[in-house]
Amino acid sequence: MLPRRFREVWTWLDDRAGVSDYVVPLLTHVVPRDARWWYVFGSATLTAFLVQVVTGICLAMSYVPGGGEAYQSLKYITEQAPFGNVLRGMHYYGASAMVTLVVVHLVQVYLHASYKYPRELNWMTGVVLLFVVLGMAFTGQLLRWDANGVWSVVVAAEMAGRTPLVGPAIAHFTLGGDTVGGSTLSRFFVMHVFVLPGVIFAGVGLHLLLLFRHGVSEMPNPDQPVDPATYKAEYRERLRRTGVPFWPDAAWRDAVFSTVVVAVILGCAIFVGPPALTNPPDPGSIDANPMPDWYFWWYFAVLSLLPPRLETWVILGAPVLGFLALFCLPLISNKGHRAPSKRPWAVAVVIAAAAAFCVLTIYAYREPWSPDFAVQPLPASVVGGDQGPVADGARLVHRKGCLYCHNIDGHGGHRGPELSQIGKLLTRDDLIIRINNGGDNMPAFAGSITSDELQAIVDFLETRGR
Amino acid sequence: MSGHNQLLPTAPPEQERRRSFLSWLTRGLAGLIGLAVTVPGLGFVLAPVFQKPPRRWRPVGKRDAFPLGATVLVEFEDPSSEPWAGVTATTGAWLRRVSDDQFIAFSINCRHLGCPVRWIAAAELFMCPCHGGVYYKDGTVAAGPPPEPLKRYAVRVRGNEVEIEAGPVPLTTTN
Repeated sequence: MLPRRFREVWTWLDDRAGVSDYVVPLLTHVVPRDARWWYVFGSATLTAFLVQVVTGICLAMSYVPGGGEAYQSLKYITEQAPFGNVLRGMHYYGASAMVTLVVVHLVQVYLHASYKYPRELNWMTGVVLLFVVLGMAFTGQLLRWDANGVWSVVVAAEMAGRTPLVGPAIAHFTLGGDTVGGSTLSRFFVMHVFVLPGVIFAGVGLHLLLLFRHGVSEMPNPDQPVDPATYKAEYRERLRRTGVPFWPDAAWRDAVFSTVVVAVILGCAIFVGPPALTNPPDPGSIDANPMPDWYFWWYFAVLSLLPPRLETWVILGAPVLGFLALFCLPLISNKGHRAPSKRPWAVAVVIAAAAAFCVLTIYAYREPWSPDFAVQPLPASVVGGDQGPVADGARLVHRKGCLYCHNIDGHGGHRGPELSQIGKLLTRDDLIIRINNGGDNMPAFAGSITSDELQAIVDFLETRGR
Repeated sequence: MSGHNQLLPTAPPEQERRRSFLSWLTRGLAGLIGLAVTVPGLGFVLAPVFQKPPRRWRPVGKRDAFPLGATVLVEFEDPSSEPWAGVTATTGAWLRRVSDDQFIAFSINCRHLGCPVRWIAAAELFMCPCHGGVYYKDGTVAAGPPPEPLKRYAVRVRGNEVEIEAGPVPLTTTN
């Protein structure tokens, strides 16, 4: 009795809503059978996005997007609210997962040249989504409204301020005024919670619509270069012979990989936890060492390593050029070979980009350009004693800040040259001239040390390497 | 779209004119609705861009509390603070008493990308933790990427009260 009643309700609903007409064909559309595990990254990105939506909605119920209260509400979420710590962790690792997966998805599509005819717009909508996801990552990072969040806003405004003519206007638009204040955080909150997610929903919809329109691309085959004149007919014919329905033949792999992704996000949230909050968001406090989240470290390193003359061009030009290059790629090359074996330059570009990313990320982690403010005085074992002029010099090398930038036997920063062997490399006169006059990115100390102090420092430096 | 149009019989000319008018009317009304929503919205959102930069004298302490020659961090209220800004309404400056009545104040914002510089007293240098900018004690660039000297705030002494003229966050622009 009941099953028949259910069936009647379903028949009515299906007839009026059109589930079988619209949704079932999408689910069971025919896809190539050879893709296997290569094609799981797009759906996993979408899964990560859904994790962000759910955890984000929950967090927004307690988070107060006000300059003054946000920090308190974050503390409450992290320390008191049931599941608050886990949710914050999931949102943080979900963001990392989303950025990672969207890039992996892009690299896979690029290596397989799936952006070629007729899927140019699939790629172009994907590139827009990539940049929106990066925008989400940046705005989300500073909703973690601690000292790091405040200074991230200042850095963003300063970067925008470099734009010719309209720079100050963009900077003040970003800050919501002339200074960091009550209106600043709510602007980023609106971007992160209303504007950019709206763009993502619309963009994902379009991206999927195009996927259904042009079908899932096959694995690249060196014997099947893309010819726009014949591609569609050949693709349809091959699919007719060897294709399988997406549901369930291909979908289960997406489900398995997405499960792994969610498990990793949840596991990290529970066992590692969200990033700790730093100091309160006080723009008058200098006790901050602003760093972006890990996926932007490479860019942070670029900003530190650039010659100042090029800086403004790179800060403003690189994102625009990067976007245009990616966005226009299928307009420049939309036919011919798809197989990586026939496209050595594409493989080289990916390897070079991955290598640059790794090197710059490690470099940013070490921050060799940043003074080591936490450096301790040199131990007696390095100095070679704790009495006499040499030991006095060693104490001055610490007190005068030399060690912030110069490293001696593993102690100190890396901004300037290492001084472990400096006694062998420079004469006493050279040392005195260099310390007094500075040069080559070193400040001149003539005005800030006495003659006795200078003599003691040089006494100590002369013993290095001897 | 064309599929729907084909269902319509060919219309007499006056009906075509009517349809043409109606389609323009609809577009025009849609545009008006758009303007009605976006004009006040844009005005609201862009207002901070056209604000006159606010300047306010803010007290930072008693004159005698600042030892001669020392450079100390002072915190004070932003010139444009909203009532709900809380802790974000504060900003800071490095204040130095150079003589009995004379003070100089440097903005804590590095001129490279705005990070907070620290005063290293023994070395008499300002150092930035972000990208390695270094300034001499007079605020001029000693090393690193900053293109300009540290910005100074105006300071005055009224009675025994030291006041700083708080202003916008200093921006390094290309203009």
